[in-house]
Amino acid sequence: MAFNYDKYLRVEKMPTLWCWGCGDGVILKATIRAMEKMGWDLDKEVCVVSGIGCSGRFSSYIDCNTVHTTHGRTVAYATGIKLANPHVNVVVVAGDGDGLAIGGNHTIHGCRRNIDLNFILINNFIYGLTNSQTSPTTPRGMWTVSQKNGNIDPTFNACSLAIGAGASFVARESMLDPKKLEKVLVKGFQHKGFSFMDIMSNCHINLGRKNKMANAMENLDWIDSITMPLKKWEALSEEEQLNIFPTGVLRQVEQEEYCDMYAEIQKAAQGKRAKITQADFVKKI
Amino acid sequence: MAREVISTGNELAAIAAIDAGAKFFGGYPITPSSEIMHVASDLLPKAGGAAIQMEDEIAGISAALGASITGVKSFTATSGPGISLKAEQIGLGFIAETPLVIFNVMRGGPSTGLPTRVSQADIGQAQYPTHGDYASITICAGSLTECYTQSVRAFNLAEKYMTPVFMLLDETIGHMHGKAMLPDLEEIEAQNVTRERFEGSQEDYKPYDVPMNKPAVINPMFQGYKHHVTGLHHGVTGFPTEDAEQCEFNIERLVGKINTISAQNDGLDDLPDYEEYRMEDAEVCLIAYGSIGLGAYEAVEKLRAEGIKAGMFRPIMLWPSPAKKIAEIGERFKDKIFVTELNMGQYSKEIERIIKRDDFTTLLKANGRPIAPAEMVAKVKEMM
Repeated sequence: MAFNYDKYLRVEKMPTLWCWGCGDGVILKATIRAMEKMGWDLDKEVCVVSGIGCSGRFSSYIDCNTVHTTHGRTVAYATGIKLANPHVNVVVVAGDGDGLAIGGNHTIHGCRRNIDLNFILINNFIYGLTNSQTSPTTPRGMWTVSQKNGNIDPTFNACSLAIGAGASFVARESMLDPKKLEKVLVKGFQHKGFSFMDIMSNCHINLGRKNKMANAMENLDWIDSITMPLKKWEALSEEEQLNIFPTGVLRQVEQEEYCDMYAEIQKAAQGKRAKITQADFVKKI
Repeated sequence: MAREVISTGNELAAIAAIDAGAKFFGGYPITPSSEIMHVASDLLPKAGGAAIQMEDEIAGISAALGASITGVKSFTATSGPGISLKAEQIGLGFIAETPLVIFNVMRGGPSTGLPTRVSQADIGQAQYPTHGDYASITICAGSLTECYTQSVRAFNLAEKYMTPVFMLLDETIGHMHGKAMLPDLEEIEAQNVTRERFEGSQEDYKPYDVPMNKPAVINPMFQGYKHHVTGLHHGVTGFPTEDAEQCEFNIERLVGKINTISAQNDGLDDLPDYEEYRMEDAEVCLIAYGSIGLGAYEAVEKLRAEGIKAGMFRPIMLWPSPAKKIAEIGERFKDKIFVTELNMGQYSKEIERIIKRDDFTTLLKANGRPIAPAEMVAKVKEMM
């Protein structure tokens, strides 16, 4: 039987505001399928939080409690939502500009706290909604409206950032293979702790148009050319690795989760256990 | 039975938050407000809530707003520079109608200014902290007891009017240490306000479908009702709209639910919006608020000892201002009005706006030092 997306969508909001052929729709569908796999009760235990940009509209399409916050602050709002409601599954959706530029600090500290948020970075390498300004992931040498003579800013490796900041689950996929994408989202959702998922997506309209990939297929081929499963990528020479992003689960470790630890703080404050000391942690520093 | 405590203004503010039913704090350290966070981090987990020190001022208020959006009473605390950083999120609180108490323990500005010294120069910022149109509720504590009682009131107003509320302390009040008489806890708890709930079906649940000048009716999340929250202009169900009629209605309602209601009902609740001290037979009226009010009590006594019948009017609710009363004072005292504040005349301008005259005397200071009663006495004597 065909998957019933209507059950999870705010159907009256369809069609989406996204451009024809936009990858955001593929990611929305994969997210819904992953939520279904998780068996989450959308009425009582799910919150989708988004920021500003094309990805900002993501939250309004899923039929659960949804919060469309300000530019860059998704992880900070989501931290309050989660810590005040630890039983709720919080999915955070942000774009590359939203999550890595204006909101970079919150992304870093969300990873560091290892709070149980499911962070989906829709990485389309450009500020799409506002007509092609350079984002932290825009490849060097590409044309943008804010760097009309070519982008010279180095490209951010979002997953390296997340690993460095301490996220306990870090994965990269693209929207090219929705089945694979769904699987990695399920893994991230299942993981307890900060799940950072860098999902590469196309923006043939505002990235592609001036960078020789004006139709969606050209943009998708380009994403295919810059990604490779981790195992294969590891076999490449260091020089070859430079321009290719490995995909799959890049890091998954068991680590104290923030809300779990906060429950211990509450117990300590209420005299139900001793105060927290360094002995409570596997990694002391 | 009233409780007698020895404490500081900042500590009393944090205790008030817990007693008012707050369960979440998000913030960032900043002088001279940090003690509010220190106390919250100890008391909130004790009360089954949570306090989190975030990575910056913006994240502090964002986390607090996030918690409040889900239905949990929340607060943040900061000082002027922090309000500047939080400004955009405060705007989301206004338009999404998210209750939140924002403590600002005022220090000298602009910019880093005078971090450890007293000021009252953020009252204009409290009135218009962020871009766009809205109306602010701003309370200013004038004693240790008020750091408690007025903070409780701030939470109740936030829930009643579904809006961020500014609770202003100045550095002197925040760090002052002394005796305070607090109302009985059961009495406080019995009067605690919790946001109104919609009881119908999900199909009929339209949080923003309310008449002009009424606050939104937004249910807690994760208890069966679902809704969408956005900082964009939205229609009755909370989803974005650019419909001109709807946007106009939204703004008129946001402003009207505070300003029009306050003007119609002579205040936003039944509690006094100001204090009158020895005003019955007064011939000259001192106007002061916050810690400067404490000096003004003494100035009134000193002036009376010298044969000048002085009284004091001390606004507690700064925004919306107790305009009716201020207009009466303008009529009664003519030019025998003396306004003293720790800024370059931010509230003096409001008094001028209301009484439509500027023939009163001011004593203003913006150098981080308090105003001594003797300075007030000398200036009032010049007027008489």
